[in-house]
Amino acid sequence: MDVPKTGFSFDLCRRNEMLTKKGLKSPGYLKTGTTIVGLIFENGVILGADTRATEGPIVADKNCEKIHYMAPNIYCCGAGTAADTEAVTDNISSQLKLHRYHTGRESRVVTALTLLKSHLFRYQGHVSAALVLGGVDVTGPHLHTIYPHGSTDTLPFATMGSGSLAAMAIFESEYREGLTREEGVNLVTKAICSGIFNDLGSGSNVDVCVIEKGKKEYLRNHLTPNPRTYISSKGYTFSKKTEVLLTKITPLKELVDVVQVGGGDAMEE
Amino acid sequence: MDTLLSSEGDSQRTQYPYVTGTSIIGIKYKDGILMAADMGGSYGSTIRYKSVERLKQVGKHSLIGASGEISDFQEILKYLDELILHDNMWDDGNSLGPKEVHNYLTRVMYNRRNKFDPLWNSLVIGGVKNGQKYLGSVSMIGVHYEDDHLATGFGNHLARPILREEWREDLSFEEGVKLLEKCMRNLLYRDRSAVNKLQIAKITEEGLTVSQPYSLKTFWNFAAFQNPTVGATGSW
Repeated sequence: MDVPKTGFSFDLCRRNEMLTKKGLKSPGYLKTGTTIVGLIFENGVILGADTRATEGPIVADKNCEKIHYMAPNIYCCGAGTAADTEAVTDNISSQLKLHRYHTGRESRVVTALTLLKSHLFRYQGHVSAALVLGGVDVTGPHLHTIYPHGSTDTLPFATMGSGSLAAMAIFESEYREGLTREEGVNLVTKAICSGIFNDLGSGSNVDVCVIEKGKKEYLRNHLTPNPRTYISSKGYTFSKKTEVLLTKITPLKELVDVVQVGGGDAMEE
Repeated sequence: MDTLLSSEGDSQRTQYPYVTGTSIIGIKYKDGILMAADMGGSYGSTIRYKSVERLKQVGKHSLIGASGEISDFQEILKYLDELILHDNMWDDGNSLGPKEVHNYLTRVMYNRRNKFDPLWNSLVIGGVKNGQKYLGSVSMIGVHYEDDHLATGFGNHLARPILREEWREDLSFEEGVKLLEKCMRNLLYRDRSAVNKLQIAKITEEGLTVSQPYSLKTFWNFAAFQNPTVGATGSW
C-alpha cells in the first residue's frame, strides 16, 4: 500500500512550465490590490490597512478586514491573494496558541515571523501572501515585512501591496522616531488615505490597530472617507402592495377542438 | 519572402531603451513653472552617466524635461531646434509658446508610435507666455494632457500622492522648491535609478534659469536601521 508523500508536490509546476514553453498563456496571479502599512511609535506598533478586495477590475468586497489576529499581542496585515493571507495567518495563529499552552508564556513576534517565513519558503512563493507583521512582546515592539517567497525585513516603518508606493511616499517624508500615539495614528491614516485615493487597487475605509505593552486597540473603520454620496430621499424600497387594476374575469374561448381519432393513443401509429 | 503578418523593418525600430533618465517633476507656482530632474543616465542597472542635463530651454518661453531614452531626447531637441529656427525665420514678431511646442511634440510622438517606431520618452513641457502659465505632458505613445503638477516615470507613484496633497495655487518660489525637493528626496530613497545630483529649473515671464547641480540631505539614522535585529537575533 502506498504511503502518500508528505510535503508540497511540485509535479504540476513542471507541467505548467512545459505548457508555457509550448505557448499556453498561464492565468496570472490575482493581485487583490491593497495598501497595508505599519510603523513603530514610542510605546509600540501601529498597523493600518484599506478595506477593498478586488477581483480583477471589480470590487468584490467594499469593507473586508485585512488586519488579522495572530495573538493577543500580535496582529498581521495581509496583501496578495486573499485566501492565502487568511489561511496562512489562521494557521500560524493556531500554532501560536498551541505554543502558548505548551510554554505558558506570551507569544513573541519573532516566533510568528519564523513560522510564517518557513511556511512561505516551503511553498516557494506559490502561496501569494505579502504580510506586515507587528506586535509587542517581552523584548519590546517589533515590525516586520514578509514577502511571498519567504524573505523578511525588520523596519521602523513599512508598506506593502499595490498602494505601497503611495503610502511610502507619505512615510518617507513625514516619519520620525518617537511619535506619540496620536501622531502615529494620524500618520498611518494619512498613508492609507494616500493609497486609497491614488491607487486603483485600494479604496473604501481605513482600519487601524494600535498595539502597546499589555494592551491593544483594534479600530475597525477608524476613518470612512468614501461614504455614499447621493442617497435618494424617497428611499430605495418599493411598496409591497401590488396595485389592483381590474376585478373582472374573462373566460378564455376554446380555440381548438380535440377530436379522438382511431382508438387509444393518437401517437401510437 | 516575408509573410503578410511580419514586416522586415521591425528589427530596425526602437523596441527597448538603452541609456535612460528617470523621473521628471513639474509644478506651477505663483510666478511660473518649476521643474526638477536628477542628472543620472542609467545603462540598464548601471548608473553610467552622472551629469546628464535633462532640462532644456525651447525658444523664448518654454522649458522641456525628458525621462526615458537619452538619445531619443537628443533627437527631439534637434527637431525642436529646427522648429524654433523656422519660427524665427518667419520674423513675424510672434514666437512659439509652450502650448504650441506641446502640441507639436504630441503630433511627433503619436505619429512615431503609429509607425511602431516610438521615441522612448516621457516629456514635460512648461512655460509662461503673455502671463499664461502652461504645464503639459506627452508620453511615448502620444498620451498628452496638461495639469497643475506632473510627474513621469517613478514620480507617478512616489511624487504624485505628495503633490496632490500639498500643491497649492499660490506657492512662492521657496515653497515650490521645498515641495520639489521633498518629492525628489522620496525618489532618491525609493527609486533605484535615482542619483543624488539634481537641477531645478524655473521659468517665468522674464525667462528661464536652471540651477547649478546640487545634492539633497538624507537621513539614515533610525534606531531600527542601526541595529535591526536586536531582540530578533538570527533574522534580518
